[in-house]
Amino acid sequence: MTDSIQGDVVGTDAANLDAHIDPATPPPAQNKWQGFARGQIGLILAAIVFMLIAPSLLSEFRLDLLAKYACFAIIAIGIDLAWGYGGMLVLGQGVFFGMGGYVMGMYMKMAEAGPGNLPDFMTWSGVESLPLIWEPLKYAWIAIPLVVVMPMLFAFLLGSLIFRRRVRGPYFAILSQALAAAFVILIIGQQGATGGTNGLTNFTNFFGIDLNDTASSTTSLYYIAIVALGICYIIGRQLVRSRFGRLLIASRDQEERVRFLGYNPATIKTIAYSVAAGMAGLAGALFVPIVGIISPALMGIVPSIEMVIWVAIGGRATLWGAVVGALVVSWAKTGLSEKFPSFWTYFLGLLFIIVVAFFPAGLAGLIKNAIAKVKDVIPGGPAKKTVERTATETPATEGAAG
Amino acid sequence: MTTFFSQLFAGLSTGSLLLLIALGLTFTFGQMNVINMAHGEFIMAGAYTGYVLQVTFGLAAGVAFWLSLPIAFVVAGVLGLLLEIVLIKRLYGRPLDTLLVTWGVALILQQLARDIFGAPNVQVVAPGFLDGAVKIGSVSMSYTRLFIIALVMLSVLAIWLFMTKTSNGTRMRAVVQNRPLAEASGISSPPVDRRTFFIGSGLAGVAGVGISLLGSIGPTLGTAYIVNAFLVVIVGGLGSIRGAVIAAFAIGIFNSYTEYLTTSSVASVLVFVAIIIFLQFRPQGLVVQRTRAMA
Repeated sequence: MTDSIQGDVVGTDAANLDAHIDPATPPPAQNKWQGFARGQIGLILAAIVFMLIAPSLLSEFRLDLLAKYACFAIIAIGIDLAWGYGGMLVLGQGVFFGMGGYVMGMYMKMAEAGPGNLPDFMTWSGVESLPLIWEPLKYAWIAIPLVVVMPMLFAFLLGSLIFRRRVRGPYFAILSQALAAAFVILIIGQQGATGGTNGLTNFTNFFGIDLNDTASSTTSLYYIAIVALGICYIIGRQLVRSRFGRLLIASRDQEERVRFLGYNPATIKTIAYSVAAGMAGLAGALFVPIVGIISPALMGIVPSIEMVIWVAIGGRATLWGAVVGALVVSWAKTGLSEKFPSFWTYFLGLLFIIVVAFFPAGLAGLIKNAIAKVKDVIPGGPAKKTVERTATETPATEGAAG
Repeated sequence: MTTFFSQLFAGLSTGSLLLLIALGLTFTFGQMNVINMAHGEFIMAGAYTGYVLQVTFGLAAGVAFWLSLPIAFVVAGVLGLLLEIVLIKRLYGRPLDTLLVTWGVALILQQLARDIFGAPNVQVVAPGFLDGAVKIGSVSMSYTRLFIIALVMLSVLAIWLFMTKTSNGTRMRAVVQNRPLAEASGISSPPVDRRTFFIGSGLAGVAGVGISLLGSIGPTLGTAYIVNAFLVVIVGGLGSIRGAVIAAFAIGIFNSYTEYLTTSSVASVLVFVAIIIFLQFRPQGLVVQRTRAMA
């Protein structure tokens, strides 16, 4: 498999797939795709190099932020798989983020308290004996896999129940949101077992990394987050490029046709939803030691939609777009919301409206168009036409999915 | 027995508010396939209408209250109309995108409310005639909640009459049932869409006035109700008044009893689980419109 052929079948956008189905469009020229793939690889290499040397360039504070954004980018990759590629608008990813976060937070609390002791906040709220759900989280070998497995199982159960009955489009979006609402209320209500509104905080140790020694812990946590992000990106990329990925895109665009071809779209969508949930769970688990808190306020309806905003602005159905979106929006939020909280909300709302309504391909689409234009000027080729299609046709395919 | 009836009453009262909010949603959802996340902010706008009348215009609680009902309807209705004309019209056929765009609008409206009225909650003074309660046996029913139930019943009746007895209502139903066919029969759908949006959003405004009687109001008031109202729409089936009525009361009463038997936090989870189970049997809701479409 050479890169050029792989690049041809990626089908990152529905329009690319269409290009093969639609006889009116000639297949894109081979060399154009080769060039594009090479450009992409260059960008990815540059990003990797930057990520690796970032600790020596950035202050501790900035590095900590970047590590946090990396967690967000992991969530964004998951959302992109479910929404961008699978057409399932997930409005409750905060739940899975929270699951991962709470599992990790509970484990860390238990490890800090030591055997036989209760975590500090339980003593404050007058809990005498350890609640049952905490028991298994004493052990790292249970807690670590559970961070990913629990959200995945949960999403698998919910997804198979919902998709099997062909509940989809807006219905699914609303149900996933209702899940977030219910889950947050549940966590807040169980003060003694979960820390209630305050959540879990005051962590001191993450598998031997002393979190009070911020100078060294920030760098270690940063590398862990970046490696996790890289792994999730590769998983996402492989999934999207595989046969499964093409089926997922096909289920988004023409679910009935996929069914008639003998596949079960419910299974395909459930798997994608579970993978997205697993990534959110992993992100939550990494978020806890980096930021030092997990609480219901981080996982409700509003944060969950904010996660979707990252992908919408970055560019759905391109994985790097989702990553860039998460990084850029979070960075802008930190910069702007502290100085101008009110302005930031208006800005985010407007940006969101404009991007979703008028530039559904997001930043990634704009960048792709720009690259295509440059290419058009320099060597001359058929690049421009195809890429313009990509940007303009996304809404049409989205409509077909809903 | 007392608790049985007082929980039933609480459920009816919650359910009726849900119904008023869900009616607007079910029309826009059923007719235009539009999920309007800003609907919650129309509730908020309605609730603040009473506040503005009392505080800014200095009207007495009773006068302000009666005035606020029609004014809230118009204020929220106009907001909805603007939203339809400026944004939603451009997004027909993209339901998921509409959902996101209207959420952006909701974000902006909330922040506007925060900047105009301040972030802390404010209190609307309830009119004097709503103080007190009726006692039937040992069950006490507050006038406020009784009034809300009556208000919702009247609104639903008015909407039902409008939908079934007037020509505009007939057009609306035609567009809900089959848009292309309605257009082919000479109904111009854009004005119908605008009318639907105006009425649906206006109802949310009226619901806001009702909610302001129950407690203090704040910029994020709408989000507390919107999720459950959407669940009513899903359970009831699209565009059906009958479905919405049954679903709203079912959810309200179920919630009220489970809240009593467990805790309010567990109840919200149980409602969600119950709905997922319900969808296993009726994935398209209680009242299904029969079509030949593959859905």
